[in-house]
Amino acid sequence: MRKFLEGSHAVAEAVKRCKPGVISAYPITPQTHIVERIANFVANGELNAQFINVESEHSAASVVLGAEACGVRAFTATSSQGLILMSEVLFNIAGLRLPLVLVCANRALSAPINIWNDHQDAVALRDSGWIMVFAENNQEVHDLIYQAYKVGENPKVMLPVMVNMDGYILTHGMEPVDIPDQALVDKFLPPYNPPYKLDVDNPLSLGLLGDPTVYLETRYALQKTLEEIKDLIPKVGEEFKQLFGRKGLEFVEGYKIEDADSVILAMGSVCGTVKDFVDKKREEGEKIGLLRIIVYRPFPKKIIYELLKEKERLFILEKAISLGMEGPLYTEVKSLFNKPSPKMYGFIAGLGGRDITFNTLEEMLKVGKDKEVSCYFLDVDHSLLKDEFYV
Amino acid sequence: MKEVKIFARAGQGAITTAAILGEALFYQGLYAYAFPHFGAARMGAPMNAFLRFDTQPVRNRSQIYNSDYIIVIEPTLVITQNCFSGLKKGGIAIVAKRENTVLDSPKDVKLVALYAEKIAMEVIGRPFSNTVLLGAFAKATGEVELENILKAVEKRFLGKPEVLKKSLEAVKRGYQAVTE
Repeated sequence: MRKFLEGSHAVAEAVKRCKPGVISAYPITPQTHIVERIANFVANGELNAQFINVESEHSAASVVLGAEACGVRAFTATSSQGLILMSEVLFNIAGLRLPLVLVCANRALSAPINIWNDHQDAVALRDSGWIMVFAENNQEVHDLIYQAYKVGENPKVMLPVMVNMDGYILTHGMEPVDIPDQALVDKFLPPYNPPYKLDVDNPLSLGLLGDPTVYLETRYALQKTLEEIKDLIPKVGEEFKQLFGRKGLEFVEGYKIEDADSVILAMGSVCGTVKDFVDKKREEGEKIGLLRIIVYRPFPKKIIYELLKEKERLFILEKAISLGMEGPLYTEVKSLFNKPSPKMYGFIAGLGGRDITFNTLEEMLKVGKDKEVSCYFLDVDHSLLKDEFYV
Repeated sequence: MKEVKIFARAGQGAITTAAILGEALFYQGLYAYAFPHFGAARMGAPMNAFLRFDTQPVRNRSQIYNSDYIIVIEPTLVITQNCFSGLKKGGIAIVAKRENTVLDSPKDVKLVALYAEKIAMEVIGRPFSNTVLLGAFAKATGEVELENILKAVEKRFLGKPEVLKKSLEAVKRGYQAVTE
Protein backbone atom coordinates (compact mmCIF):
# COMPACT_ATOMS: atom_id res chain seq x y z
CA MET A 1 0.00 0.00 0.00
CA ARG A 2 1.39 3.39 -0.99
CA LYS A 3 1.45 6.10 1.63
CA PHE A 4 2.76 9.65 1.80
CA LEU A 5 5.22 9.39 4.67
CA GLU A 6 8.15 11.16 6.24
CA GLY A 7 11.30 9.05 6.30
CA SER A 8 11.15 8.51 10.06
CA HIS A 9 7.70 6.99 9.79
CA ALA A 10 8.75 4.92 6.78
CA VAL A 11 11.45 3.43 9.05
CA ALA A 12 9.00 2.83 11.91
CA GLU A 13 6.59 1.03 9.56
CA ALA A 14 9.39 -1.27 8.40
CA VAL A 15 10.64 -1.95 11.93
CA LYS A 16 7.11 -2.87 13.02
CA ARG A 17 6.91 -5.43 10.21
CA CYS A 18 10.26 -6.96 11.27
CA LYS A 19 8.71 -7.70 14.70
CA PRO A 20 11.64 -6.91 17.00
CA GLY A 21 11.19 -8.10 20.58
CA VAL A 22 13.14 -5.24 22.15
CA ILE A 23 13.52 -1.60 21.18
CA SER A 24 15.58 0.81 23.20
CA ALA A 25 16.54 4.34 22.29
CA TYR A 26 17.22 7.77 23.68
CA PRO A 27 15.66 10.72 21.86
CA ILE A 28 17.93 12.90 19.74
CA THR A 29 17.15 15.24 16.86
CA PRO A 30 16.60 14.43 13.99
CA GLN A 31 16.08 10.77 14.85
CA THR A 32 13.34 11.22 17.47
CA HIS A 33 10.33 10.74 15.20
CA ILE A 34 11.45 7.18 14.46
CA VAL A 35 11.32 5.90 18.01
CA GLU A 36 8.31 8.06 18.88
CA ARG A 37 6.32 6.28 16.21
CA ILE A 38 7.63 2.87 17.26
CA ALA A 39 6.71 3.68 20.87
CA ASN A 40 3.18 4.43 19.60
CA PHE A 41 3.03 1.05 17.90
CA VAL A 42 4.08 -0.68 21.12
CA ALA A 43 1.64 1.37 23.23
CA ASN A 44 -1.36 0.69 21.02
CA GLY A 45 -0.59 -3.00 20.62
CA GLU A 46 0.36 -2.95 16.94
CA LEU A 47 3.84 -4.19 17.86
CA ASN A 48 4.34 -6.77 20.57
CA ALA A 49 7.68 -5.67 21.97
CA GLN A 50 9.41 -4.27 25.02
CA PHE A 51 10.20 -0.58 24.57
CA ILE A 52 12.86 0.11 27.16
CA ASN A 53 13.39 3.72 28.18
CA VAL A 54 16.92 4.57 29.20
CA GLU A 55 18.93 7.56 30.38
CA SER A 56 21.47 7.73 27.56
CA GLU A 57 22.43 6.34 24.18
CA HIS A 58 25.18 4.31 25.84
CA SER A 59 22.50 2.52 27.85
CA ALA A 60 20.21 2.17 24.83
CA ALA A 61 22.97 0.42 22.90
CA SER A 62 23.73 -1.76 25.93
CA VAL A 63 20.08 -2.81 26.25
CA VAL A 64 19.82 -3.89 22.60
CA LEU A 65 23.18 -5.63 22.89
CA GLY A 66 21.75 -7.64 25.78
CA ALA A 67 18.56 -8.43 23.90
CA GLU A 68 20.45 -9.64 20.84
CA ALA A 69 22.79 -11.71 23.03
CA CYS A 70 19.70 -13.45 24.43
CA GLY A 71 18.55 -14.30 20.91
CA VAL A 72 15.95 -11.54 20.55
CA ARG A 73 15.69 -9.38 17.45
CA ALA A 74 16.27 -5.78 18.53
CA PHE A 75 16.29 -2.26 17.10
CA THR A 76 17.64 1.14 17.98
CA ALA A 77 18.04 4.48 16.24
CA THR A 78 20.17 7.51 16.95
CA SER A 79 22.05 10.48 15.50
CA SER A 80 25.27 12.43 15.84
CA GLN A 81 26.38 12.77 19.50
CA GLY A 82 24.13 9.83 20.32
CA LEU A 83 25.95 7.55 17.90
CA ILE A 84 29.30 8.71 19.22
CA LEU A 85 28.20 8.10 22.80
CA MET A 86 27.13 4.60 21.71
CA SER A 87 30.40 3.95 19.96
CA GLU A 88 32.02 2.03 22.81
CA VAL A 89 29.09 -0.40 22.77
CA LEU A 90 28.87 -0.49 18.96
CA PHE A 91 32.38 -1.92 18.62
CA ASN A 92 31.32 -4.57 21.16
CA ILE A 93 28.16 -5.45 19.24
CA ALA A 94 30.23 -6.15 16.12
CA GLY A 95 32.88 -8.04 18.11
CA LEU A 96 30.19 -10.14 19.81
CA ARG A 97 28.76 -10.91 16.34
CA LEU A 98 25.24 -9.69 17.14
CA PRO A 99 23.05 -8.79 14.14
CA LEU A 100 21.42 -5.64 15.51
CA VAL A 101 19.93 -3.13 13.09
CA LEU A 102 20.49 0.54 13.94
CA VAL A 103 19.18 3.49 11.97
CA CYS A 104 21.40 6.54 12.05
CA ALA A 105 19.69 9.80 11.10
CA ASN A 106 22.90 11.37 9.87
CA ARG A 107 23.79 14.65 11.55
CA ALA A 108 26.90 16.75 12.10
CA LEU A 109 29.10 16.35 15.18
CA SER A 110 29.85 19.01 17.80
CA ALA A 111 31.49 21.46 18.33
CA PRO A 112 29.96 23.81 17.48
CA ILE A 113 26.66 22.10 18.16
CA ASN A 114 24.68 21.64 14.97
CA ILE A 115 21.52 19.63 14.46
CA TRP A 116 21.65 19.50 10.67
CA ASN A 117 22.74 16.87 8.24
CA ASP A 118 26.12 15.58 7.20
CA HIS A 119 27.76 12.13 7.32
CA GLN A 120 30.46 12.70 9.94
CA ASP A 121 28.70 10.66 12.63
CA ALA A 122 28.43 7.44 10.65
CA VAL A 123 31.75 7.81 8.86
CA ALA A 124 33.52 8.15 12.23
CA LEU A 125 32.33 4.59 12.96
CA ARG A 126 33.55 3.07 9.72
CA ASP A 127 36.21 0.91 11.40
CA SER A 128 33.81 -0.69 13.89
CA GLY A 129 33.02 -3.90 11.99
CA TRP A 130 29.43 -2.87 11.20
CA ILE A 131 27.90 -3.31 7.79
CA MET A 132 26.99 0.23 6.70
CA VAL A 133 24.47 1.23 4.06
CA PHE A 134 23.31 4.68 2.91
CA ALA A 135 19.81 5.35 1.55
CA GLU A 136 18.93 7.86 -1.12
CA ASN A 137 15.19 8.19 -0.45
CA ASN A 138 12.41 7.11 1.90
CA GLN A 139 11.44 4.04 -0.11
CA GLU A 140 15.01 2.82 -0.07
CA VAL A 141 15.48 3.34 3.66
CA HIS A 142 12.22 1.45 4.29
CA ASP A 143 13.33 -1.45 2.10
CA LEU A 144 16.84 -1.48 3.57
CA ILE A 145 15.49 -2.27 7.06
CA TYR A 146 14.13 -5.65 5.92
CA GLN A 147 17.28 -6.45 3.99
CA ALA A 148 19.54 -5.33 6.84
CA TYR A 149 18.06 -7.93 9.20
CA LYS A 150 18.16 -10.52 6.43
CA VAL A 151 21.87 -9.98 5.73
CA GLY A 152 22.98 -9.49 9.34
CA GLU A 153 21.09 -12.47 10.75
CA ASN A 154 22.41 -14.91 8.16
CA PRO A 155 24.15 -17.55 10.36
CA LYS A 156 27.30 -17.18 8.28
CA VAL A 157 27.34 -13.41 8.81
CA MET A 158 26.05 -12.49 12.30
CA LEU A 159 27.00 -8.85 12.04
CA PRO A 160 25.20 -5.61 12.94
CA VAL A 161 23.96 -3.28 10.20
CA MET A 162 23.82 0.51 10.34
CA VAL A 163 21.19 1.91 7.99
CA ASN A 164 21.98 5.56 7.29
CA MET A 165 19.46 8.17 6.23
CA ASP A 166 20.06 11.89 5.94
CA GLY A 167 18.73 13.85 8.90
CA TYR A 168 15.85 16.23 8.07
CA ILE A 169 16.23 15.73 4.29
CA LEU A 170 14.81 12.21 4.64
CA THR A 171 13.79 11.87 8.30
CA HIS A 172 11.50 14.92 8.05
CA GLY A 173 10.94 14.84 4.29
CA MET A 174 7.67 13.32 3.12
CA GLU A 175 7.26 11.37 -0.10
CA PRO A 176 5.33 8.35 -1.42
CA VAL A 177 6.44 5.04 0.09
CA ASP A 178 5.15 1.59 -0.80
CA ILE A 179 4.51 -0.36 2.40
CA PRO A 180 4.31 -4.14 1.93
CA ASP A 181 1.84 -6.50 3.55
CA GLN A 182 3.03 -8.24 6.70
CA ALA A 183 2.66 -11.64 5.00
CA LEU A 184 5.19 -10.66 2.35
CA VAL A 185 7.67 -9.46 4.98
CA ASP A 186 7.19 -12.70 6.94
CA LYS A 187 7.99 -14.65 3.80
CA PHE A 188 11.19 -12.68 3.26
CA LEU A 189 12.33 -12.39 6.88
CA PRO A 190 11.78 -15.49 9.03
CA PRO A 191 11.82 -15.22 12.84
CA TYR A 192 15.29 -14.65 14.27
CA ASN A 193 16.88 -17.97 15.10
CA PRO A 194 20.51 -17.35 16.07
CA PRO A 195 23.11 -20.12 16.05
CA TYR A 196 24.11 -19.07 19.60
CA LYS A 197 22.53 -17.12 22.45
CA LEU A 198 22.63 -16.67 26.21
CA ASP A 199 20.37 -19.39 27.56
CA VAL A 200 20.28 -20.74 31.12
CA ASP A 201 19.45 -24.22 29.84
CA ASN A 202 22.43 -24.26 27.53
CA PRO A 203 25.01 -22.11 29.31
CA LEU A 204 27.36 -20.08 27.15
CA SER A 205 29.52 -17.03 27.70
CA LEU A 206 29.83 -14.14 25.29
CA GLY A 207 32.37 -11.33 25.33
CA LEU A 208 34.92 -12.81 27.68
CA LEU A 209 38.53 -11.71 27.81
CA GLY A 210 40.24 -12.39 24.49
CA ASP A 211 43.89 -12.60 25.37
CA PRO A 212 46.73 -12.32 22.84
CA THR A 213 46.33 -15.98 21.86
CA VAL A 214 42.77 -15.49 20.52
CA TYR A 215 41.98 -11.78 20.05
CA LEU A 216 43.76 -11.45 16.73
CA GLU A 217 41.72 -14.31 15.30
CA THR A 218 38.44 -12.60 16.26
CA ARG A 219 39.44 -9.57 14.20
CA TYR A 220 40.62 -11.84 11.39
CA ALA A 221 37.21 -13.54 11.41
CA LEU A 222 35.38 -10.21 11.30
CA GLN A 223 37.39 -9.06 8.30
CA LYS A 224 36.96 -12.43 6.58
CA THR A 225 33.18 -12.32 7.01
CA LEU A 226 32.99 -8.76 5.72
CA GLU A 227 34.95 -9.80 2.65
CA GLU A 228 32.86 -12.91 2.07
CA ILE A 229 29.43 -11.26 2.27
CA LYS A 230 30.19 -9.67 -1.08
CA ASP A 231 28.40 -12.63 -2.66
CA LEU A 232 25.51 -12.67 -0.18
CA ILE A 233 24.49 -9.02 -0.50
CA PRO A 234 23.41 -9.16 -4.16
CA LYS A 235 21.64 -12.47 -3.46
CA VAL A 236 19.54 -10.90 -0.72
CA GLY A 237 18.87 -7.94 -3.00
CA GLU A 238 17.72 -10.26 -5.78
CA GLU A 239 15.45 -12.21 -3.41
CA PHE A 240 13.93 -8.92 -2.24
CA LYS A 241 13.37 -7.81 -5.80
CA GLN A 242 11.66 -11.09 -6.73
CA LEU A 243 9.28 -10.91 -3.76
CA PHE A 244 8.59 -7.18 -3.50
CA GLY A 245 8.94 -6.16 -7.14
CA ARG A 246 11.29 -3.29 -6.32
CA LYS A 247 14.99 -2.70 -6.61
CA GLY A 248 16.82 -4.71 -3.95
CA LEU A 249 20.09 -4.16 -2.10
CA GLU A 250 23.14 -3.57 -4.28
CA PHE A 251 26.62 -2.34 -3.47
CA VAL A 252 26.46 0.60 -5.83
CA GLU A 253 24.11 2.25 -8.28
CA GLY A 254 25.47 3.57 -11.54
CA TYR A 255 23.57 6.43 -13.15
CA LYS A 256 24.47 7.13 -16.79
CA ILE A 257 28.04 5.96 -16.25
CA GLU A 258 28.41 3.61 -19.24
CA ASP A 259 29.49 6.24 -21.75
CA ALA A 260 30.56 8.88 -19.20
CA ASP A 261 34.10 10.22 -19.13
CA SER A 262 33.52 12.01 -15.81
CA VAL A 263 31.83 10.32 -12.84
CA ILE A 264 30.70 11.86 -9.56
CA LEU A 265 30.84 9.54 -6.53
CA ALA A 266 28.62 10.26 -3.53
CA MET A 267 26.43 8.67 -0.84
CA GLY A 268 22.92 9.28 0.49
CA SER A 269 20.16 11.68 -0.49
CA VAL A 270 22.43 14.17 -2.29
CA CYS A 271 22.63 11.57 -5.06
CA GLY A 272 19.07 12.51 -6.05
CA THR A 273 20.19 16.09 -6.59
CA VAL A 274 23.25 14.84 -8.47
CA LYS A 275 21.07 12.71 -10.78
CA ASP A 276 19.07 15.77 -11.79
CA PHE A 277 22.35 17.65 -12.23
CA VAL A 278 23.74 14.86 -14.43
CA ASP A 279 20.63 15.12 -16.64
CA LYS A 280 21.15 18.88 -16.95
CA LYS A 281 24.84 18.56 -17.85
CA ARG A 282 24.04 15.85 -20.39
CA GLU A 283 21.60 18.20 -22.09
CA GLU A 284 24.51 20.64 -22.28
CA GLY A 285 26.59 17.94 -23.97
CA GLU A 286 28.82 16.79 -21.08
CA LYS A 287 29.37 13.05 -20.74
CA ILE A 288 28.93 12.78 -17.00
CA GLY A 289 27.46 10.19 -14.64
CA LEU A 290 27.03 9.28 -10.98
CA LEU A 291 28.23 6.28 -9.02
CA ARG A 292 26.23 6.09 -5.82
CA ILE A 293 27.87 4.10 -3.03
CA ILE A 294 25.07 2.27 -1.20
CA VAL A 295 27.12 -0.21 0.83
CA TYR A 296 29.99 1.72 2.40
CA ARG A 297 31.17 -1.19 4.58
CA PRO A 298 32.21 -3.67 3.36
CA PHE A 299 33.65 -1.25 0.80
CA PRO A 300 32.99 -2.51 -2.75
CA LYS A 301 36.56 -2.14 -3.98
CA LYS A 302 36.47 -4.42 -7.00
CA ILE A 303 33.09 -3.21 -8.22
CA ILE A 304 34.15 0.45 -8.11
CA TYR A 305 37.45 -0.36 -9.78
CA GLU A 306 35.88 -2.31 -12.62
CA LEU A 307 33.20 0.32 -13.27
CA LEU A 308 35.53 3.30 -13.20
CA LYS A 309 38.99 2.16 -14.33
CA GLU A 310 38.55 3.52 -17.87
CA LYS A 311 37.10 6.88 -16.81
CA GLU A 312 38.96 10.14 -17.27
CA ARG A 313 37.86 12.03 -14.15
CA LEU A 314 36.34 11.07 -10.81
CA PHE A 315 34.71 13.71 -8.61
CA ILE A 316 34.36 12.42 -5.05
CA LEU A 317 31.76 14.46 -3.19
CA GLU A 318 31.61 13.88 0.59
CA LYS A 319 29.72 15.15 3.61
CA ALA A 320 32.50 14.07 5.98
CA ILE A 321 36.21 14.61 6.47
CA SER A 322 39.07 12.82 8.17
CA LEU A 323 40.49 16.01 9.66
CA GLY A 324 44.18 16.35 9.00
CA MET A 325 43.89 14.11 5.94
CA GLU A 326 41.07 14.43 3.39
CA GLY A 327 37.61 12.99 2.72
CA PRO A 328 37.65 9.29 3.69
CA LEU A 329 35.82 8.23 0.54
CA TYR A 330 38.40 10.08 -1.56
CA THR A 331 41.24 8.25 0.22
CA GLU A 332 39.49 4.93 -0.26
CA VAL A 333 38.62 5.40 -3.92
CA LYS A 334 42.10 6.68 -4.70
CA SER A 335 43.64 3.58 -3.12
CA LEU A 336 41.94 1.37 -5.73
CA PHE A 337 43.80 2.65 -8.74
CA ASN A 338 47.37 2.29 -9.95
CA LYS A 339 48.83 4.51 -12.66
CA PRO A 340 47.46 5.14 -15.16
CA SER A 341 44.38 6.02 -13.19
CA PRO A 342 41.48 8.43 -13.68
CA LYS A 343 42.20 11.94 -12.47
CA MET A 344 40.78 12.33 -8.97
CA TYR A 345 39.15 15.31 -7.36
CA GLY A 346 38.19 15.29 -3.67
CA PHE A 347 35.43 17.62 -2.46
CA ILE A 348 33.93 18.32 0.95
CA ALA A 349 30.43 19.84 0.90
CA GLY A 350 27.22 20.11 2.85
CA LEU A 351 28.79 19.97 6.31
CA GLY A 352 26.39 20.86 9.12
CA GLY A 353 23.43 21.13 6.75
CA ARG A 354 24.92 23.58 4.24
CA ASP A 355 22.62 23.20 1.26
CA ILE A 356 24.12 21.38 -1.73
CA THR A 357 22.65 22.98 -4.85
CA PHE A 358 23.33 22.88 -8.59
CA ASN A 359 25.63 25.88 -7.96
CA THR A 360 27.68 23.74 -5.55
CA LEU A 361 27.97 21.03 -8.17
CA GLU A 362 28.84 23.53 -10.92
CA GLU A 363 31.63 24.88 -8.70
CA MET A 364 32.88 21.32 -8.23
CA LEU A 365 33.16 20.73 -11.98
CA LYS A 366 34.74 24.14 -12.51
CA VAL A 367 37.45 23.53 -9.90
CA GLY A 368 38.13 20.17 -11.55
CA LYS A 369 38.82 21.83 -14.89
CA ASP A 370 41.78 23.76 -13.48
CA LYS A 371 43.64 21.34 -11.23
CA GLU A 372 43.52 18.05 -9.36
CA VAL A 373 42.43 18.65 -5.77
CA SER A 374 42.36 16.18 -2.89
CA CYS A 375 40.34 18.06 -0.28
CA TYR A 376 38.56 21.09 -1.68
CA PHE A 377 35.81 22.65 0.45
CA LEU A 378 32.87 23.80 -1.66
CA ASP A 379 30.71 26.84 -0.78
CA VAL A 380 33.16 28.30 1.76
CA ASP A 381 32.28 31.84 2.86
CA HIS A 382 35.77 33.27 3.20
CA SER A 383 34.45 36.47 4.77
CA LEU A 384 33.81 34.41 7.93
CA LEU A 385 37.44 33.33 8.17
CA LYS A 386 39.94 35.73 9.68
CA ASP A 387 43.52 35.32 8.51
CA GLU A 388 45.14 36.19 11.84
CA PHE A 389 43.83 32.97 13.41
CA TYR A 390 45.94 30.81 11.11
CA VAL A 391 49.58 29.82 11.27
CA MET B 1 8.22 19.93 -11.85
CA LYS B 2 6.59 22.65 -9.78
CA GLU B 3 8.01 24.15 -6.60
CA VAL B 4 6.32 25.79 -3.62
CA LYS B 5 8.01 27.74 -0.84
CA ILE B 6 6.16 28.40 2.39
CA PHE B 7 7.11 31.25 4.76
CA ALA B 8 6.01 31.17 8.37
CA ARG B 9 7.11 31.48 11.95
CA ALA B 10 7.76 28.17 13.72
CA GLY B 11 4.44 27.14 15.26
CA GLN B 12 2.22 28.54 12.49
CA GLY B 13 1.92 25.23 10.70
CA ALA B 14 4.22 25.58 7.70
CA ILE B 15 5.23 21.91 7.84
CA THR B 16 1.60 20.85 8.22
CA THR B 17 0.74 23.00 5.19
CA ALA B 18 3.44 21.37 3.07
CA ALA B 19 2.46 17.92 4.34
CA ILE B 20 -1.25 18.35 3.59
CA LEU B 21 -0.55 19.84 0.17
CA GLY B 22 1.89 17.02 -0.62
CA GLU B 23 -0.62 14.42 0.50
CA ALA B 24 -3.38 16.01 -1.62
CA LEU B 25 -1.12 15.98 -4.69
CA PHE B 26 -0.21 12.37 -3.88
CA TYR B 27 -3.95 11.49 -3.98
CA GLN B 28 -3.97 13.09 -7.41
CA GLY B 29 -1.41 10.54 -8.58
CA LEU B 30 1.58 12.89 -8.50
CA TYR B 31 4.93 12.49 -6.81
CA ALA B 32 5.53 15.05 -4.09
CA TYR B 33 8.40 15.77 -1.72
CA ALA B 34 7.51 17.98 1.25
CA PHE B 35 10.28 19.04 3.59
CA PRO B 36 11.04 21.65 6.24
CA HIS B 37 14.04 23.80 6.90
CA PHE B 38 14.37 24.68 10.53
CA GLY B 39 16.36 27.53 11.87
CA ALA B 40 17.11 26.93 15.50
CA ALA B 41 13.69 25.23 15.74
CA ARG B 42 12.31 27.67 18.29
CA MET B 43 8.72 28.88 18.35
CA GLY B 44 8.28 32.19 16.57
CA ALA B 45 11.48 32.07 14.53
CA PRO B 46 11.16 32.49 10.76
CA MET B 47 11.27 29.15 8.98
CA ASN B 48 10.48 27.64 5.62
CA ALA B 49 8.78 24.52 4.41
CA PHE B 50 9.09 23.40 0.82
CA LEU B 51 7.21 21.26 -1.66
CA ARG B 52 8.20 19.87 -5.02
CA PHE B 53 5.77 17.93 -7.16
CA ASP B 54 5.96 16.25 -10.50
CA THR B 55 4.63 13.39 -12.62
CA GLN B 56 8.04 11.70 -12.05
CA PRO B 57 9.62 10.83 -8.67
CA VAL B 58 11.19 13.95 -7.16
CA ARG B 59 14.95 13.49 -6.69
CA ASN B 60 16.34 16.97 -6.08
CA ARG B 61 16.96 17.52 -2.34
CA SER B 62 18.16 21.12 -2.43
CA GLN B 63 16.17 23.85 -0.78
CA ILE B 64 13.99 25.94 -3.09
CA TYR B 65 15.28 29.34 -4.18
CA ASN B 66 13.15 30.03 -7.27
CA SER B 67 9.62 28.77 -6.87
CA ASP B 68 6.48 28.70 -8.97
CA TYR B 69 4.37 29.50 -5.94
CA ILE B 70 4.89 31.00 -2.51
CA ILE B 71 2.57 30.70 0.46
CA VAL B 72 3.13 33.36 3.12
CA ILE B 73 1.47 32.43 6.39
CA GLU B 74 3.06 35.30 8.32
CA PRO B 75 2.77 38.67 6.52
CA THR B 76 5.50 40.39 8.58
CA LEU B 77 7.97 38.11 6.79
CA VAL B 78 7.16 39.58 3.36
CA ILE B 79 9.74 42.33 3.89
CA THR B 80 12.15 40.78 6.39
CA GLN B 81 12.47 37.51 4.46
CA ASN B 82 12.16 39.16 1.05
CA CYS B 83 9.51 36.61 0.09
CA PHE B 84 8.87 37.82 -3.46
CA SER B 85 12.51 37.76 -4.52
CA GLY B 86 12.53 34.03 -5.22
CA LEU B 87 9.22 33.87 -7.03
CA LYS B 88 9.46 33.08 -10.74
CA LYS B 89 7.99 35.41 -13.36
CA GLY B 90 4.34 34.55 -13.74
CA GLY B 91 4.39 32.86 -10.35
CA ILE B 92 1.59 33.11 -7.82
CA ALA B 93 1.93 34.44 -4.26
CA ILE B 94 -0.72 33.40 -1.76
CA VAL B 95 -0.40 35.73 1.22
CA ALA B 96 -2.26 35.94 4.50
CA LYS B 97 -2.61 39.71 4.87
CA ARG B 98 -3.59 41.80 7.88
CA GLU B 99 -5.17 45.28 7.93
CA ASN B 100 -1.76 47.00 8.10
CA THR B 101 0.08 44.73 5.64
CA VAL B 102 1.90 46.53 2.83
CA LEU B 103 2.30 44.25 -0.16
CA ASP B 104 4.61 45.65 -2.77
CA SER B 105 4.68 42.66 -5.09
CA PRO B 106 6.57 42.68 -8.40
CA LYS B 107 4.46 43.35 -11.49
CA ASP B 108 5.29 40.05 -13.17
CA VAL B 109 3.76 37.87 -10.45
CA LYS B 110 0.16 37.27 -9.47
CA LEU B 111 -0.69 38.30 -5.92
CA VAL B 112 -3.52 36.59 -4.10
CA ALA B 113 -3.87 38.23 -0.69
CA LEU B 114 -6.64 37.37 1.71
CA TYR B 115 -7.52 38.04 5.34
CA ALA B 116 -6.78 34.42 6.20
CA GLU B 117 -6.21 35.05 9.88
CA LYS B 118 -9.55 36.82 10.20
CA ILE B 119 -11.26 33.89 8.49
CA ALA B 120 -9.43 31.45 10.78
CA MET B 121 -10.58 33.41 13.86
CA GLU B 122 -14.20 33.27 12.62
CA VAL B 123 -14.11 29.55 11.77
CA ILE B 124 -11.57 28.00 14.13
CA GLY B 125 -11.43 30.63 16.84
CA ARG B 126 -7.63 30.66 16.71
CA PRO B 127 -5.31 32.45 14.27
CA PHE B 128 -4.27 29.36 12.31
CA SER B 129 -4.46 30.67 8.79
CA ASN B 130 -2.61 27.79 7.12
CA THR B 131 -5.71 25.71 6.36
CA VAL B 132 -7.41 28.79 4.91
CA LEU B 133 -4.41 29.33 2.65
CA LEU B 134 -4.57 25.71 1.45
CA GLY B 135 -8.04 26.35 0.10
CA ALA B 136 -6.85 29.58 -1.49
CA PHE B 137 -3.90 27.76 -3.06
CA ALA B 138 -6.23 25.19 -4.65
CA LYS B 139 -8.40 27.90 -6.20
CA ALA B 140 -5.66 30.31 -7.22
CA THR B 141 -3.28 27.79 -8.81
CA GLY B 142 -5.62 25.07 -10.07
CA GLU B 143 -2.82 22.57 -9.30
CA VAL B 144 -4.82 20.55 -6.79
CA GLU B 145 -8.48 19.59 -6.46
CA LEU B 146 -10.28 21.03 -3.43
CA GLU B 147 -11.62 17.52 -2.75
CA ASN B 148 -8.08 16.18 -2.39
CA ILE B 149 -7.11 18.94 0.04
CA LEU B 150 -10.18 18.12 2.11
CA LYS B 151 -9.33 14.40 2.01
CA ALA B 152 -5.77 15.14 3.17
CA VAL B 153 -7.05 17.39 5.99
CA GLU B 154 -9.42 14.63 7.01
CA LYS B 155 -6.55 12.17 7.30
CA ARG B 156 -4.45 14.68 9.22
CA PHE B 157 -7.08 15.35 11.89
CA LEU B 158 -8.52 11.87 12.13
CA GLY B 159 -9.62 11.26 15.71
CA LYS B 160 -10.08 15.01 16.40
CA PRO B 161 -13.64 15.51 15.05
CA GLU B 162 -14.03 19.09 16.33
CA VAL B 163 -10.71 20.31 14.88
CA LEU B 164 -11.45 18.43 11.68
CA LYS B 165 -14.86 20.01 11.17
CA LYS B 166 -13.47 23.52 11.67
CA SER B 167 -10.42 22.86 9.51
CA LEU B 168 -12.51 21.58 6.61
CA GLU B 169 -14.66 24.70 6.86
CA ALA B 170 -11.53 26.89 6.94
CA VAL B 171 -10.21 25.28 3.75
CA LYS B 172 -13.54 25.87 1.98
CA ARG B 173 -13.68 29.48 3.15
CA GLY B 174 -10.15 30.04 1.80
CA TYR B 175 -11.21 28.52 -1.52
CA GLN B 176 -14.23 30.80 -1.72
CA ALA B 177 -12.23 33.87 -0.76
CA VAL B 178 -10.30 33.72 -4.04
CA THR B 179 -12.64 35.22 -6.61
CA GLU B 180 -10.48 36.10 -9.60
